[in-house]
Amino acid sequence: MLPALVILGAFVFWPMLAALRLSFTESSGFGPSRWVGLANYSTIFHDPKILKTLGITAMYAVMFTPTAIIVALLFALVLTNKALIGRGAFRTALFLPFIVSMAVAAFAWSYLLDPQLGLLNYWLSNVGIHLGNVLQDPRLALPTVVVVAVWKSFGFYMVVFIAGLQQIPEDLYEAARIDGAGRWRRFVYVTVPQLSTTFAFVVVFATIAALQAFDQIYVMTGGGPYRHTQTVVAEIYSQGFKKLDLGLASAISYVLLLITLVLSLVQFRFFGRHEKDVVG
Amino acid sequence: MSAAIAATMPRAQHRASLRKRLGRVGFSAAVLVLAAIVLLPCIIIVLTAFKPVAEVNAHPPTLAPHHWTLDNFRAIFSDLPFKRLFLNSFLFAGGVTLFALIFDALAAYALARLDFRGNRLLLVVIVASLMIPFQATLIPVYQLVAHLGWVNSIQGMIAPRAADAFGIFFLRQFFISLPRDLDNAARIDGASEFRVFWNIVLPNAMPALLTLGIFTFINNWNDLLWPLVFITDPKLATVTSGLTMLTGPSGIVPFGTMMAGSLVAVAPLAVIFLIVQRRFVESIATTGIK
Repeated sequence: MLPALVILGAFVFWPMLAALRLSFTESSGFGPSRWVGLANYSTIFHDPKILKTLGITAMYAVMFTPTAIIVALLFALVLTNKALIGRGAFRTALFLPFIVSMAVAAFAWSYLLDPQLGLLNYWLSNVGIHLGNVLQDPRLALPTVVVVAVWKSFGFYMVVFIAGLQQIPEDLYEAARIDGAGRWRRFVYVTVPQLSTTFAFVVVFATIAALQAFDQIYVMTGGGPYRHTQTVVAEIYSQGFKKLDLGLASAISYVLLLITLVLSLVQFRFFGRHEKDVVG
Repeated sequence: MSAAIAATMPRAQHRASLRKRLGRVGFSAAVLVLAAIVLLPCIIIVLTAFKPVAEVNAHPPTLAPHHWTLDNFRAIFSDLPFKRLFLNSFLFAGGVTLFALIFDALAAYALARLDFRGNRLLLVVIVASLMIPFQATLIPVYQLVAHLGWVNSIQGMIAPRAADAFGIFFLRQFFISLPRDLDNAARIDGASEFRVFWNIVLPNAMPALLTLGIFTFINNWNDLLWPLVFITDPKLATVTSGLTMLTGPSGIVPFGTMMAGSLVAVAPLAVIFLIVQRRFVESIATTGIK
């Protein structure tokens, strides 16, 4: 017990307080830091460049979370369909992207989407879709890094959905069938409500993951073009470890922390209430 | 026998079952095509790793190499201190996994079995800390490790990860589900609390420990941000952070070398995953539901 508490205390709880203190100072990590009060926070809310990173992260989350969940749920439904031959093999294969690091996934996608060398670009241009240089395109760069994230992580959510689907008692479907419910109505009135706990877990975790997007952006775009993919964490990295403005970076971190906490609590509330509706 | 049954089956019914079977095959084939499209990035990593440079940079691009070569694999060992990176990754991910399993298990056991004041509160605090983004505490953690004089060292990389809230929570859930009678019997026989933990609870928790261990290993092996900010000496980089060094200052990416490096980087994880995949996937599923 004690060693774990010491480590959590030293590397999770203490740093939280230290980050809070740091966020009220001007510090480069070398020499003494100077107390500046709320100056760093005021910078965040007055610097349009930093504010925009919040907007970009929000856009990222709005694109990532629903897409990842829909893709994962669709695959989970297909892979639990008894008509499918080789369900286990498919499950293993589609889970593979999850064990590949985001950095490696980013290399592979960069190559596939390269305007000259990319196979995907070439194939799509053969059917009349000319993507151009997506990573340099201000409109397409953000959706592209979202696609990479969805590709890498949907397998995890898919497996969680599969487990949720397997928990649904068969007689519920039987009863619905007797009542004359078609495929779609069975999905809406049996599957979706029965999966509410699973949805809560997946939505909260996917949102937290989206708010922390960094790896593939670092590899694929470096935040560009013109900061169009500069997410909050990318900004923390460049302020803290490139420009060595530790105070400002910590303040941004705290804003991110608060957003994460509030969003998670709201989502848990929402899904918690929804669950009660279903049971009661 | 089955032929006889088939012969006596009414023709319409026979046709219906045939149609059903064709439907299954068609459906499965469609899913296979879809899966192949989804896995295209994995396929491209493997095939590009074996392509000669001229083919990697050819236009129009091709899927499979015409001429298979191991040049890219030779290049990663000459362009990067790749053996060293590999060793670093093993020490880092392996060290974190080892320590995290020990410390998480001890903490989880205390939370699950020992009644002490503040037990519930501690659990709530640990679960709440799951929501703290790692990036939010990155800078103070870095400064703390720097204070210990451990910057650019493997132990400095391992220390902040040597216990984690998710692992404690995950194992606690598992320990709670173990029947209490077992350890109570041992306690009545006069076994110490540590013996109960070591000889009775731990052996029964093997599946959970295995899952958590693999999870921890994969996450740390794949981590980019922490090694990136923490290690400035290229000799101490991990495979994952080291591969990003392949991009030259001009921004030109040597894709062939990179894919070969990626393939080698993923290989140990893929091997571990394929060995234990069934249990691993099942455990993820159950944590998700709880």
